[in-house]
Amino acid sequence: MNIISFVKRVPATTANVAIVDNKLNPEGVEFVLNPYDEFAVEESLAIKEAAGAGSVTAISFGAGEAQKELRTVLAMGADAAVLLANPAAPEADGATTARVLAENCKGREFDLLMFGKQAVDRDQHGVGPAVATLLGVPCITEVVKLEVAEGKVIAEREIEGAREIIEASLPCAITCQKGLNTPRFASLRGIMAAKKKPLEVVDVEVGEAAVEVVAMNMPPARPAGRIVGEGAAAVPELVSALRNEAKVL
Amino acid sequence: MSNILVVLESREGSLRAASLEALGAARTFADQRGSSVIALATEKCELDASLLGGAGADKVLIADAAGHSADGAAATAARVAKESDATVVLLSATVRGRDLTARIAALLGTGFAADCTAADAEAMTFTRPEFGGKAFTTIKINGPVAVASLRGNFFAAAGREASAEMSEVASEAGVSMVTEISSQTGGRPDVSEATKVVAGGRGMGEAENWSMIEAVADAIPGCALGASRAVVDSGWRPHSEQVGQTGKTVAPELYIAAGISGAIQHLAGMNSSKVIVAINKDAEAPIFKHATYGIVGDALEVLPALADELKKLGL
Ligand SMILES: Cc1cc2nc3c(=O)[nH]c(=O)nc-3n(C[C@H](O)[C@H](O)[C@H](O)COP(=O)(O)OP(=O)(O)OC[C@H]3O[C@@H](n4cnc5c(N)ncnc54)[C@H](O)[C@@H]3O)c2cc1C
Repeated sequence: MNIISFVKRVPATTANVAIVDNKLNPEGVEFVLNPYDEFAVEESLAIKEAAGAGSVTAISFGAGEAQKELRTVLAMGADAAVLLANPAAPEADGATTARVLAENCKGREFDLLMFGKQAVDRDQHGVGPAVATLLGVPCITEVVKLEVAEGKVIAEREIEGAREIIEASLPCAITCQKGLNTPRFASLRGIMAAKKKPLEVVDVEVGEAAVEVVAMNMPPARPAGRIVGEGAAAVPELVSALRNEAKVL
Repeated sequence: MSNILVVLESREGSLRAASLEALGAARTFADQRGSSVIALATEKCELDASLLGGAGADKVLIADAAGHSADGAAATAARVAKESDATVVLLSATVRGRDLTARIAALLGTGFAADCTAADAEAMTFTRPEFGGKAFTTIKINGPVAVASLRGNFFAAAGREASAEMSEVASEAGVSMVTEISSQTGGRPDVSEATKVVAGGRGMGEAENWSMIEAVADAIPGCALGASRAVVDSGWRPHSEQVGQTGKTVAPELYIAAGISGAIQHLAGMNSSKVIVAINKDAEAPIFKHATYGIVGDALEVLPALADELKKLGL
Protein backbone atom coordinates (compact mmCIF):
# COMPACT_ATOMS: atom_id res chain seq x y z
CA MET A 1 0.00 0.00 0.00
CA ASN A 2 1.64 3.24 -1.15
CA ILE A 3 0.17 6.29 0.48
CA ILE A 4 0.79 9.99 0.02
CA SER A 5 -0.24 12.10 2.99
CA PHE A 6 -0.52 15.82 2.26
CA VAL A 7 0.26 18.22 5.09
CA LYS A 8 0.32 21.96 5.68
CA ARG A 9 1.98 24.25 8.19
CA VAL A 10 -0.69 26.54 9.65
CA PRO A 11 -1.08 29.02 12.52
CA ALA A 12 -2.16 27.34 15.76
CA THR A 13 -5.90 27.68 16.39
CA THR A 14 -5.09 29.76 19.49
CA ALA A 15 -3.07 32.30 17.44
CA ASN A 16 -4.12 35.92 17.37
CA VAL A 17 -4.62 37.10 13.83
CA ALA A 18 -3.19 40.46 12.78
CA ILE A 19 -3.34 41.62 9.17
CA VAL A 20 -0.68 43.44 7.12
CA ASP A 21 -1.05 44.06 3.37
CA ASN A 22 -4.06 41.74 3.11
CA LYS A 23 -2.05 38.88 4.63
CA LEU A 24 -1.66 37.29 8.02
CA ASN A 25 1.16 38.98 9.94
CA PRO A 26 3.22 35.93 10.94
CA GLU A 27 5.10 37.82 13.67
CA GLY A 28 4.65 36.19 17.06
CA VAL A 29 2.38 33.49 15.61
CA GLU A 30 2.99 29.86 16.56
CA PHE A 31 2.83 27.51 13.58
CA VAL A 32 1.84 23.84 13.79
CA LEU A 33 0.95 20.85 11.66
CA ASN A 34 -2.67 21.38 10.50
CA PRO A 35 -4.81 19.47 13.07
CA TYR A 36 -6.86 17.67 10.37
CA ASP A 37 -3.66 16.57 8.62
CA GLU A 38 -2.72 14.75 11.83
CA PHE A 39 -5.78 12.53 11.30
CA ALA A 40 -4.64 11.90 7.72
CA VAL A 41 -1.10 11.00 8.78
CA GLU A 42 -2.35 8.70 11.54
CA GLU A 43 -4.74 6.93 9.17
CA SER A 44 -1.99 6.55 6.54
CA LEU A 45 0.38 4.98 9.06
CA ALA A 46 -2.32 2.66 10.44
CA ILE A 47 -3.33 1.49 6.94
CA LYS A 48 0.27 0.82 5.98
CA GLU A 49 0.88 -1.06 9.24
CA ALA A 50 -2.25 -3.17 8.71
CA ALA A 51 -1.20 -3.94 5.13
CA GLY A 52 2.26 -4.92 6.41
CA ALA A 53 3.96 -3.42 3.38
CA GLY A 54 4.23 -0.19 1.44
CA SER A 55 5.23 3.35 2.23
CA VAL A 56 3.88 6.62 3.54
CA THR A 57 5.26 9.75 1.88
CA ALA A 58 4.37 13.16 3.29
CA ILE A 59 4.14 16.01 0.80
CA SER A 60 3.76 19.67 1.66
CA PHE A 61 3.48 22.73 -0.55
CA GLY A 62 5.05 25.31 1.67
CA ALA A 63 7.78 27.81 2.35
CA GLY A 64 11.13 26.62 3.72
CA GLU A 65 9.86 26.73 7.32
CA ALA A 66 7.45 23.85 6.59
CA GLN A 67 10.39 21.44 6.87
CA LYS A 68 9.68 21.53 10.62
CA GLU A 69 6.16 20.11 10.17
CA LEU A 70 7.47 17.51 7.69
CA ARG A 71 10.03 16.39 10.31
CA THR A 72 7.15 15.99 12.75
CA VAL A 73 5.37 13.72 10.27
CA LEU A 74 8.56 11.71 9.74
CA ALA A 75 8.88 11.40 13.53
CA MET A 76 5.30 10.08 13.69
CA GLY A 77 6.41 7.31 11.33
CA ALA A 78 6.23 8.43 7.68
CA ASP A 79 8.99 6.97 5.49
CA ALA A 80 9.88 9.98 3.39
CA ALA A 81 8.92 13.61 2.96
CA VAL A 82 8.92 16.08 0.10
CA LEU A 83 8.66 19.84 0.43
CA LEU A 84 7.34 21.52 -2.72
CA ALA A 85 8.98 24.79 -1.85
CA ASN A 86 7.89 28.27 -2.81
CA PRO A 87 7.90 31.35 -0.57
CA ALA A 88 4.40 32.25 -1.84
CA ALA A 89 2.93 28.89 -0.78
CA PRO A 90 1.50 29.97 2.60
CA GLU A 91 -0.72 32.56 0.86
CA ALA A 92 -1.85 30.27 -1.97
CA ASP A 93 -5.57 29.63 -2.46
CA GLY A 94 -7.10 26.15 -2.54
CA ALA A 95 -7.34 25.82 -6.33
CA THR A 96 -3.76 26.97 -6.88
CA THR A 97 -2.47 24.64 -4.15
CA ALA A 98 -4.37 21.75 -5.70
CA ARG A 99 -2.88 22.47 -9.13
CA VAL A 100 0.69 22.52 -7.74
CA LEU A 101 0.12 19.31 -5.74
CA ALA A 102 -1.51 17.49 -8.67
CA GLU A 103 1.26 18.51 -11.10
CA ASN A 104 3.84 17.16 -8.68
CA CYS A 105 2.00 13.89 -8.09
CA LYS A 106 2.07 12.89 -11.73
CA GLY A 107 4.54 10.04 -12.12
CA ARG A 108 4.31 9.03 -8.46
CA GLU A 109 2.76 5.68 -7.68
CA PHE A 110 0.01 5.69 -5.09
CA ASP A 111 -2.98 3.71 -3.87
CA LEU A 112 -4.25 6.38 -1.51
CA LEU A 113 -4.00 10.15 -1.29
CA MET A 114 -4.76 11.32 2.25
CA PHE A 115 -5.70 14.91 3.17
CA GLY A 116 -7.09 16.81 6.14
CA LYS A 117 -10.67 17.92 5.43
CA GLN A 118 -9.57 21.55 5.64
CA ALA A 119 -6.51 23.61 6.49
CA VAL A 120 -7.39 25.81 9.45
CA ASP A 121 -5.93 28.92 7.80
CA ARG A 122 -7.75 29.36 4.48
CA ASP A 123 -10.58 26.99 5.57
CA GLN A 124 -11.42 26.19 1.93
CA HIS A 125 -12.25 22.48 2.36
CA GLY A 126 -11.31 21.92 -1.26
CA VAL A 127 -7.71 20.86 -1.84
CA GLY A 128 -8.38 17.10 -1.51
CA PRO A 129 -11.32 16.89 -3.93
CA ALA A 130 -9.63 19.32 -6.35
CA VAL A 131 -6.37 17.31 -6.46
CA ALA A 132 -8.36 14.09 -6.96
CA THR A 133 -10.38 15.66 -9.77
CA LEU A 134 -7.24 16.93 -11.52
CA LEU A 135 -5.66 13.45 -11.25
CA GLY A 136 -8.88 11.70 -12.27
CA VAL A 137 -9.22 9.55 -9.14
CA PRO A 138 -12.30 9.24 -6.89
CA CYS A 139 -12.35 11.16 -3.62
CA ILE A 140 -14.39 10.84 -0.43
CA THR A 141 -14.43 13.93 1.80
CA GLU A 142 -14.79 14.48 5.57
CA VAL A 143 -14.42 10.81 6.41
CA VAL A 144 -14.97 9.61 10.01
CA LYS A 145 -14.60 5.87 9.37
CA LEU A 146 -12.54 4.12 6.72
CA GLU A 147 -12.11 0.54 5.57
CA VAL A 148 -9.64 -0.36 2.84
CA ALA A 149 -9.79 -3.89 1.45
CA GLU A 150 -9.48 -5.73 -1.83
CA GLY A 151 -8.87 -2.73 -4.02
CA LYS A 152 -11.73 -0.66 -2.68
CA VAL A 153 -12.60 1.71 0.14
CA ILE A 154 -15.77 1.96 2.17
CA ALA A 155 -16.01 5.24 4.04
CA GLU A 156 -18.48 6.88 6.35
CA ARG A 157 -19.00 10.62 6.59
CA GLU A 158 -21.32 12.90 8.51
CA ILE A 159 -23.46 15.20 6.42
CA GLU A 160 -26.02 17.62 7.89
CA GLY A 161 -28.25 15.48 10.10
CA ALA A 162 -27.23 12.12 8.62
CA ARG A 163 -24.40 9.69 8.05
CA GLU A 164 -23.61 8.39 4.61
CA ILE A 165 -21.61 5.41 3.45
CA ILE A 166 -19.64 5.84 0.26
CA GLU A 167 -17.74 3.28 -1.81
CA ALA A 168 -14.96 3.86 -4.28
CA SER A 169 -12.18 1.85 -5.85
CA LEU A 170 -8.44 2.37 -5.39
CA PRO A 171 -6.53 4.49 -6.16
CA CYS A 172 -8.60 6.99 -4.26
CA ALA A 173 -8.32 10.22 -2.27
CA ILE A 174 -9.70 10.67 1.25
CA THR A 175 -10.10 13.85 3.33
CA CYS A 176 -10.10 13.22 7.08
CA GLN A 177 -12.47 14.57 9.71
CA LYS A 178 -12.19 14.52 13.49
CA GLY A 179 -13.44 11.21 14.89
CA LEU A 180 -11.57 9.08 12.34
CA ASN A 181 -8.78 8.19 14.79
CA THR A 182 -6.59 9.52 17.58
CA PRO A 183 -3.30 10.75 16.13
CA ARG A 184 -0.18 9.31 17.75
CA PHE A 185 2.49 11.50 19.26
CA ALA A 186 6.02 11.24 17.93
CA SER A 187 8.09 9.08 20.29
CA LEU A 188 11.63 10.02 21.26
CA ARG A 189 12.83 7.13 19.10
CA GLY A 190 10.68 8.41 16.25
CA ILE A 191 12.18 11.87 16.58
CA MET A 192 15.73 10.44 16.46
CA ALA A 193 14.87 8.21 13.50
CA ALA A 194 13.28 11.15 11.63
CA LYS A 195 16.61 12.92 11.48
CA LYS A 196 17.95 10.20 9.17
CA LYS A 197 14.88 9.90 6.95
CA PRO A 198 14.86 11.52 3.50
CA LEU A 199 13.36 15.03 3.31
CA GLU A 200 13.64 16.25 -0.26
CA VAL A 201 13.20 19.95 -1.04
CA VAL A 202 12.03 20.66 -4.59
CA ASP A 203 11.60 24.25 -5.71
CA VAL A 204 8.32 24.64 -7.57
CA GLU A 205 6.69 27.33 -9.69
CA VAL A 206 3.31 28.62 -8.57
CA GLY A 207 2.17 30.31 -11.81
CA GLU A 208 -0.89 32.54 -11.92
CA ALA A 209 -3.00 32.29 -8.77
CA ALA A 210 -6.59 31.14 -9.28
CA VAL A 211 -7.82 33.70 -6.81
CA GLU A 212 -6.85 37.28 -6.02
CA VAL A 213 -7.25 38.73 -2.53
CA VAL A 214 -8.93 42.13 -2.78
CA ALA A 215 -9.22 42.82 0.94
CA MET A 216 -8.67 41.14 4.27
CA ASN A 217 -10.35 42.53 7.35
CA MET A 218 -10.93 41.73 10.97
CA PRO A 219 -14.41 40.34 11.66
CA PRO A 220 -17.11 42.97 12.07
CA ALA A 221 -17.36 43.94 15.75
CA ARG A 222 -20.41 42.55 17.56
CA PRO A 223 -22.67 45.23 18.98
CA ALA A 224 -22.13 45.46 22.74
CA GLY A 225 -24.36 43.16 24.75
CA ARG A 226 -25.66 43.36 28.29
CA ILE A 227 -26.10 41.20 31.35
CA VAL A 228 -29.84 41.00 31.97
CA GLY A 229 -29.48 39.73 35.50
CA GLU A 230 -28.53 36.90 37.82
CA GLY A 231 -29.93 33.40 38.13
CA ALA A 232 -33.41 32.10 37.30
CA ALA A 233 -34.94 35.43 38.35
CA ALA A 234 -33.51 37.04 35.21
CA VAL A 235 -35.30 34.64 32.85
CA PRO A 236 -38.51 36.68 32.26
CA GLU A 237 -36.44 39.70 31.28
CA LEU A 238 -34.31 37.59 28.95
CA VAL A 239 -37.34 36.12 27.21
CA SER A 240 -38.94 39.54 26.88
CA ALA A 241 -35.72 40.94 25.35
CA LEU A 242 -35.49 38.05 22.88
CA ARG A 243 -39.11 38.56 21.88
CA ASN A 244 -39.55 42.33 21.88
CA GLU A 245 -36.07 43.77 21.40
CA ALA A 246 -34.14 41.21 19.33
CA LYS A 247 -37.36 39.79 17.81
CA VAL A 248 -35.97 36.28 17.42
CA LEU A 249 -38.82 34.46 19.16
CA MET B 1 -24.99 35.20 -21.99
CA SER B 2 -23.16 34.91 -18.65
CA ASN B 3 -25.83 32.87 -16.92
CA ILE B 4 -25.76 31.94 -13.25
CA LEU B 5 -25.87 28.24 -12.42
CA VAL B 6 -27.04 26.97 -9.04
CA VAL B 7 -26.31 23.34 -8.18
CA LEU B 8 -29.23 22.23 -6.00
CA GLU B 9 -28.80 19.77 -3.17
CA SER B 10 -31.30 17.01 -2.53
CA ARG B 11 -31.37 14.01 -0.28
CA GLU B 12 -33.40 10.90 -0.96
CA GLY B 13 -35.49 12.74 -3.51
CA SER B 14 -36.23 15.93 -1.58
CA LEU B 15 -34.70 19.35 -2.02
CA ARG B 16 -32.61 20.80 0.85
CA ALA B 17 -33.86 24.19 2.01
CA ALA B 18 -30.37 25.75 1.83
CA SER B 19 -30.58 25.56 -1.98
CA LEU B 20 -33.27 28.25 -1.96
CA GLU B 21 -30.79 30.69 -0.37
CA ALA B 22 -28.30 29.98 -3.19
CA LEU B 23 -31.06 30.68 -5.74
CA GLY B 24 -31.72 34.04 -4.07
CA ALA B 25 -28.03 34.96 -4.25
CA ALA B 26 -27.95 33.84 -7.90
CA ARG B 27 -30.95 36.08 -8.66
CA THR B 28 -28.96 39.11 -7.47
CA PHE B 29 -26.10 38.20 -9.84
CA ALA B 30 -28.46 37.55 -12.76
CA ASP B 31 -30.38 40.82 -12.28
CA GLN B 32 -27.12 42.73 -12.18
CA ARG B 33 -26.06 41.30 -15.56
CA GLY B 34 -29.43 40.85 -17.23
CA SER B 35 -28.97 37.09 -17.46
CA SER B 36 -30.81 34.00 -16.24
CA VAL B 37 -30.63 31.73 -13.21
CA ILE B 38 -30.41 28.07 -14.12
CA ALA B 39 -30.92 25.55 -11.32
CA LEU B 40 -29.52 22.06 -11.74
CA ALA B 41 -30.54 19.01 -9.74
CA THR B 42 -27.69 16.55 -10.34
CA GLU B 43 -29.85 13.61 -9.25
CA LYS B 44 -33.52 12.73 -9.53
CA CYS B 45 -35.73 14.58 -7.05
CA GLU B 46 -39.16 16.10 -6.53
CA LEU B 47 -39.11 19.79 -7.41
CA ASP B 48 -41.77 22.47 -7.31
CA ALA B 49 -41.59 24.95 -10.21
CA SER B 50 -43.16 27.80 -8.27
CA LEU B 51 -41.03 27.25 -5.14
CA LEU B 52 -37.82 27.32 -7.22
CA GLY B 53 -39.09 30.12 -9.45
CA GLY B 54 -40.07 32.16 -6.41
CA ALA B 55 -36.65 31.64 -4.83
CA GLY B 56 -34.96 32.96 -7.98
CA ALA B 57 -34.69 30.28 -10.71
CA ASP B 58 -35.70 30.90 -14.33
CA LYS B 59 -34.99 27.39 -15.54
CA VAL B 60 -34.63 24.10 -13.72
CA LEU B 61 -32.74 21.14 -15.16
CA ILE B 62 -33.16 17.73 -13.55
CA ALA B 63 -30.53 15.11 -14.25
CA ASP B 64 -31.44 11.44 -14.19
CA ALA B 65 -28.81 10.04 -11.80
CA ALA B 66 -30.39 7.64 -9.32
CA GLY B 67 -28.19 8.45 -6.31
CA HIS B 68 -25.39 10.71 -5.16
CA SER B 69 -21.95 10.38 -6.64
CA ALA B 70 -19.77 13.41 -5.95
CA ASP B 71 -17.64 12.93 -9.06
CA GLY B 72 -20.67 12.19 -11.22
CA ALA B 73 -22.53 15.24 -9.89
CA ALA B 74 -19.48 17.47 -10.43
CA ALA B 75 -19.07 16.23 -14.01
CA THR B 76 -22.75 16.88 -14.77
CA ALA B 77 -22.54 20.35 -13.22
CA ALA B 78 -19.33 21.25 -15.10
CA ARG B 79 -20.87 20.10 -18.40
CA VAL B 80 -24.07 22.08 -17.80
CA ALA B 81 -22.00 25.13 -16.75
CA LYS B 82 -20.23 25.03 -20.14
CA GLU B 83 -23.40 24.33 -22.14
CA SER B 84 -25.22 27.20 -20.48
CA ASP B 85 -22.33 29.71 -20.61
CA ALA B 86 -22.37 30.09 -16.85
CA THR B 87 -19.97 32.69 -15.45
CA VAL B 88 -20.96 32.04 -11.83
CA VAL B 89 -21.73 28.65 -10.25
CA LEU B 90 -23.22 28.72 -6.75
CA LEU B 91 -23.77 25.92 -4.22
CA SER B 92 -24.64 25.66 -0.53
CA ALA B 93 -21.67 25.32 1.83
CA THR B 94 -22.78 21.93 3.12
CA VAL B 95 -20.54 18.86 3.34
CA ARG B 96 -21.63 17.79 -0.13
CA GLY B 97 -21.67 21.34 -1.47
CA ARG B 98 -18.12 22.16 -0.36
CA ASP B 99 -16.94 18.90 -1.91
CA LEU B 100 -18.63 19.67 -5.26
CA THR B 101 -17.46 23.31 -5.29
CA ALA B 102 -13.77 22.34 -5.43
CA ARG B 103 -14.38 19.60 -8.00
CA ILE B 104 -16.44 21.77 -10.35
CA ALA B 105 -13.76 24.48 -10.20
CA ALA B 106 -11.06 21.91 -10.99
CA LEU B 107 -13.07 20.59 -13.96
CA LEU B 108 -13.62 24.11 -15.28
CA GLY B 109 -9.98 25.12 -14.71
CA THR B 110 -10.86 27.97 -12.39
CA GLY B 111 -10.69 29.05 -8.74
CA PHE B 112 -13.27 28.67 -6.02
CA ALA B 113 -14.48 30.37 -2.85
CA ALA B 114 -15.92 28.16 -0.12
CA ASP B 115 -18.29 29.09 2.67
CA CYS B 116 -18.97 32.68 1.56
CA THR B 117 -20.84 35.04 3.87
CA ALA B 118 -21.27 37.83 1.30
CA ALA B 119 -21.07 38.33 -2.45
CA ASP B 120 -20.89 41.50 -4.52
CA ALA B 121 -22.60 40.93 -7.85
CA GLU B 122 -21.28 44.15 -9.35
CA ALA B 123 -17.61 43.80 -8.37
CA MET B 124 -17.86 39.98 -8.74
CA THR B 125 -16.18 39.44 -5.39
CA PHE B 126 -16.88 36.98 -2.59
CA THR B 127 -16.23 37.48 1.11
CA ARG B 128 -15.42 34.51 3.30
CA PRO B 129 -14.12 33.81 6.79
CA GLU B 130 -10.60 32.47 7.23
CA PHE B 131 -8.54 31.45 10.27
CA GLY B 132 -11.67 30.13 11.95
CA GLY B 133 -13.51 33.43 11.49
CA LYS B 134 -10.67 35.55 12.88
CA ALA B 135 -10.44 37.33 9.53
CA PHE B 136 -12.72 37.94 6.55
CA THR B 137 -11.15 37.91 3.11
CA THR B 138 -12.71 39.35 -0.02
CA ILE B 139 -11.54 37.60 -3.17
CA LYS B 140 -11.91 37.78 -6.91
CA ILE B 141 -11.67 34.58 -8.91
CA ASN B 142 -9.21 34.87 -11.80
CA GLY B 143 -10.74 32.22 -14.03
CA PRO B 144 -13.41 32.14 -16.71
CA VAL B 145 -16.03 31.08 -14.14
CA ALA B 146 -16.42 31.84 -10.43
CA VAL B 147 -17.44 28.83 -8.35
CA ALA B 148 -18.58 29.51 -4.79
CA SER B 149 -20.38 27.84 -1.92
CA LEU B 150 -22.54 29.97 0.38
CA ARG B 151 -22.80 29.63 4.13
CA GLY B 152 -26.29 28.97 5.48
CA ASN B 153 -28.38 31.85 6.91
CA PHE B 154 -26.35 34.55 5.09
CA PHE B 155 -28.35 34.76 1.85
CA ALA B 156 -32.10 34.73 1.29
CA ALA B 157 -34.42 33.31 -1.34
CA ALA B 158 -35.70 35.99 -3.75
CA GLY B 159 -39.30 35.86 -2.52
CA ARG B 160 -40.92 36.65 -5.86
CA GLU B 161 -43.93 35.26 -7.72
CA ALA B 162 -42.60 33.20 -10.57
CA SER B 163 -42.65 29.72 -11.97
CA ALA B 164 -39.48 28.14 -13.32
CA GLU B 165 -39.41 26.26 -16.61
CA MET B 166 -38.56 22.59 -15.94
CA SER B 167 -36.67 20.18 -18.19
CA GLU B 168 -34.55 17.05 -18.00
CA VAL B 169 -30.85 16.61 -18.78
CA ALA B 170 -28.56 13.59 -18.94
CA SER B 171 -26.25 12.90 -16.02
CA GLU B 172 -22.59 11.91 -16.16
CA ALA B 173 -21.66 8.54 -14.67
CA GLY B 174 -19.84 8.55 -11.33
CA VAL B 175 -17.22 6.20 -9.92
CA SER B 176 -17.72 6.74 -6.18
CA MET B 177 -21.26 6.19 -4.93
CA VAL B 178 -23.24 6.86 -1.76
CA THR B 179 -24.61 3.42 -0.88
CA GLU B 180 -26.46 4.22 2.33
CA ILE B 181 -27.82 7.26 4.22
CA SER B 182 -29.05 7.10 7.80
CA SER B 183 -30.68 10.01 9.57
CA GLN B 184 -29.09 10.96 12.88
CA THR B 185 -30.78 13.87 14.55
CA GLY B 186 -33.93 12.24 15.90
CA GLY B 187 -36.40 14.71 14.44
CA ARG B 188 -34.48 17.87 15.28
CA PRO B 189 -32.75 19.92 12.57
CA ASP B 190 -28.98 19.61 12.31
CA VAL B 191 -27.10 22.27 14.27
CA SER B 192 -25.49 23.65 11.10
CA GLU B 193 -28.85 24.21 9.40
CA ALA B 194 -31.07 25.43 12.25
CA THR B 195 -32.11 29.03 12.81
CA LYS B 196 -32.15 28.50 16.62
CA VAL B 197 -29.58 26.55 18.64
CA VAL B 198 -29.27 25.73 22.33
CA ALA B 199 -25.81 24.46 23.21
CA GLY B 200 -24.28 23.11 26.39
CA GLY B 201 -20.73 22.96 27.70
CA ARG B 202 -18.81 21.33 30.51
CA GLY B 203 -20.66 23.59 32.96
CA MET B 204 -23.73 21.36 32.44
CA GLY B 205 -22.02 18.98 34.86
CA GLU B 206 -23.05 15.64 33.40
CA ALA B 207 -24.68 14.04 30.38
CA GLU B 208 -27.99 13.44 32.22
CA ASN B 209 -28.50 17.20 32.54
CA TRP B 210 -29.04 17.41 28.77
CA SER B 211 -32.73 16.85 29.47
CA MET B 212 -32.70 20.55 30.51
CA ILE B 213 -31.13 21.58 27.19
CA GLU B 214 -33.68 19.44 25.35
CA ALA B 215 -36.58 21.00 27.28
CA VAL B 216 -35.49 24.45 26.07
CA ALA B 217 -35.11 23.16 22.49
CA ASP B 218 -38.56 21.56 22.66
CA ALA B 219 -40.09 24.93 23.55
CA ILE B 220 -38.60 26.67 20.46
CA PRO B 221 -39.78 25.37 17.07
CA GLY B 222 -36.91 24.38 14.75
CA CYS B 223 -34.31 24.49 17.51
CA ALA B 224 -31.22 22.28 17.23
CA LEU B 225 -28.83 21.07 19.92
CA GLY B 226 -25.17 22.07 20.06
CA ALA B 227 -22.20 21.20 22.26
CA SER B 228 -18.68 22.33 23.07
CA ARG B 229 -15.73 20.09 22.33
CA ALA B 230 -15.15 19.45 26.04
CA VAL B 231 -18.58 17.82 26.15
CA VAL B 232 -18.05 15.79 22.97
CA ASP B 233 -14.61 14.64 24.14
CA SER B 234 -16.20 13.49 27.41
CA GLY B 235 -18.64 11.37 25.42
CA TRP B 236 -21.70 13.26 26.71
CA ARG B 237 -22.79 14.28 23.21
CA PRO B 238 -22.06 13.07 19.65
CA HIS B 239 -19.49 14.84 17.48
CA SER B 240 -22.27 15.75 15.05
CA GLU B 241 -23.39 18.35 17.62
CA GLN B 242 -19.96 19.93 18.17
CA VAL B 243 -19.76 23.61 17.32
CA GLY B 244 -16.40 25.27 16.72
CA GLN B 245 -13.20 25.17 14.80
CA THR B 246 -13.06 21.36 14.76
CA GLY B 247 -16.82 20.99 14.69
CA LYS B 248 -19.56 22.73 12.78
CA THR B 249 -19.79 26.39 11.93
CA VAL B 250 -23.20 27.82 12.65
CA ALA B 251 -24.81 31.23 12.19
CA PRO B 252 -28.35 30.93 13.57
CA GLU B 253 -30.63 33.83 14.53
CA LEU B 254 -30.39 32.69 18.14
CA TYR B 255 -27.56 30.78 19.85
CA ILE B 256 -27.98 29.98 23.54
CA ALA B 257 -24.70 28.90 25.20
CA ALA B 258 -25.13 27.29 28.63
CA GLY B 259 -22.07 26.43 30.71
CA ILE B 260 -19.72 27.22 27.81
CA SER B 261 -16.67 29.35 28.63
CA GLY B 262 -16.25 30.84 25.14
CA ALA B 263 -12.83 29.50 24.14
CA ILE B 264 -11.51 30.95 20.90
CA GLN B 265 -12.08 27.64 19.06
CA HIS B 266 -15.72 27.53 20.17
CA LEU B 267 -16.27 31.17 19.18
CA ALA B 268 -14.87 30.35 15.73
CA GLY B 269 -17.93 28.21 15.14
CA MET B 270 -20.71 30.50 16.37
CA ASN B 271 -19.49 34.07 16.58
CA SER B 272 -21.47 35.19 13.55
CA SER B 273 -24.78 34.15 15.13
CA LYS B 274 -27.23 37.06 15.12
CA VAL B 275 -28.17 36.93 18.81
CA ILE B 276 -26.02 35.13 21.37
CA VAL B 277 -27.31 34.35 24.86
CA ALA B 278 -24.76 33.27 27.47
CA ILE B 279 -25.66 31.52 30.71
CA ASN B 280 -22.59 31.06 32.89
CA LYS B 281 -21.95 31.16 36.62
CA ASP B 282 -18.64 32.97 36.13
CA ALA B 283 -19.27 36.66 35.38
CA GLU B 284 -15.74 36.85 33.94
CA ALA B 285 -16.26 34.02 31.40
CA PRO B 286 -15.06 35.15 27.92
CA ILE B 287 -18.40 34.19 26.34
CA PHE B 288 -20.01 37.27 27.93
CA LYS B 289 -17.82 39.54 25.77
CA HIS B 290 -19.55 38.11 22.70
CA ALA B 291 -23.05 37.72 24.10
CA THR B 292 -26.01 39.91 23.16
CA TYR B 293 -27.69 38.95 26.45
CA GLY B 294 -26.13 37.29 29.46
CA ILE B 295 -27.38 35.71 32.65
CA VAL B 296 -24.84 35.15 35.40
CA GLY B 297 -25.97 32.06 37.22
CA ASP B 298 -26.19 28.29 37.50
CA ALA B 299 -27.30 26.84 34.17
CA LEU B 300 -28.97 23.96 35.99
CA GLU B 301 -31.36 26.48 37.60
CA VAL B 302 -31.65 28.96 34.72
CA LEU B 303 -32.45 26.44 31.95
CA PRO B 304 -35.54 24.88 33.60
CA ALA B 305 -36.87 28.37 34.33
CA LEU B 306 -36.16 29.33 30.71
CA ALA B 307 -37.97 26.25 29.40
CA ASP B 308 -41.03 27.10 31.54
CA GLU B 309 -41.08 30.74 30.44
CA LEU B 310 -40.75 29.74 26.77
CA LYS B 311 -43.51 27.15 27.07
CA LYS B 312 -45.82 29.91 28.31
CA LEU B 313 -45.29 31.69 24.99
CA GLY B 314 -46.57 28.63 23.13
CA LEU B 315 -44.26 29.26 20.15
C1 LIG C 1 -7.03 22.45 17.95
C2 LIG C 1 -8.18 22.71 18.86
C3 LIG C 1 -9.47 22.67 18.35
C4 LIG C 1 -10.58 22.89 19.18
N1 LIG C 1 -11.83 22.86 18.63
C5 LIG C 1 -12.90 23.14 19.41
C6 LIG C 1 -14.23 23.15 18.87
O1 LIG C 1 -14.45 22.89 17.69
N2 LIG C 1 -15.26 23.44 19.69
C7 LIG C 1 -15.09 23.72 21.02
O2 LIG C 1 -16.08 23.98 21.70
N3 LIG C 1 -13.85 23.69 21.55
C8 LIG C 1 -12.76 23.40 20.78
N4 LIG C 1 -11.53 23.35 21.36
C9 LIG C 1 -11.44 23.34 22.83
C10 LIG C 1 -11.53 24.71 23.47
O3 LIG C 1 -10.24 25.25 23.56
C11 LIG C 1 -12.12 24.57 24.90
O4 LIG C 1 -11.34 23.68 25.63
C12 LIG C 1 -13.57 24.09 24.94
O5 LIG C 1 -14.37 24.86 24.06
C13 LIG C 1 -14.10 24.23 26.36
O6 LIG C 1 -15.41 23.73 26.45
P1 LIG C 1 -16.39 24.29 27.58
O7 LIG C 1 -16.60 25.75 27.37
O8 LIG C 1 -17.58 23.42 27.54
O9 LIG C 1 -15.63 23.95 28.91
P2 LIG C 1 -14.84 24.87 29.93
O10 LIG C 1 -13.86 25.73 29.26
O11 LIG C 1 -14.40 23.96 31.00
O12 LIG C 1 -15.96 25.86 30.48
C14 LIG C 1 -17.00 25.48 31.28
C15 LIG C 1 -17.74 26.76 31.62
O13 LIG C 1 -18.90 26.42 32.35
C16 LIG C 1 -19.06 27.32 33.43
N5 LIG C 1 -19.84 26.62 34.43
C17 LIG C 1 -19.45 25.61 35.26
N6 LIG C 1 -20.49 25.17 35.99
C18 LIG C 1 -21.56 25.91 35.64
C19 LIG C 1 -22.92 25.92 36.02
N7 LIG C 1 -23.41 25.08 36.93
N8 LIG C 1 -23.73 26.81 35.42
C20 LIG C 1 -23.27 27.70 34.49
N9 LIG C 1 -22.00 27.72 34.10
C21 LIG C 1 -21.14 26.82 34.64
C22 LIG C 1 -17.68 27.71 33.84
O14 LIG C 1 -17.69 28.98 34.47
C23 LIG C 1 -16.95 27.72 32.49
O15 LIG C 1 -17.01 29.01 31.90
C24 LIG C 1 -10.40 23.14 20.55
C25 LIG C 1 -9.10 23.19 21.07
C26 LIG C 1 -8.01 22.97 20.25
C27 LIG C 1 -6.63 23.05 20.84
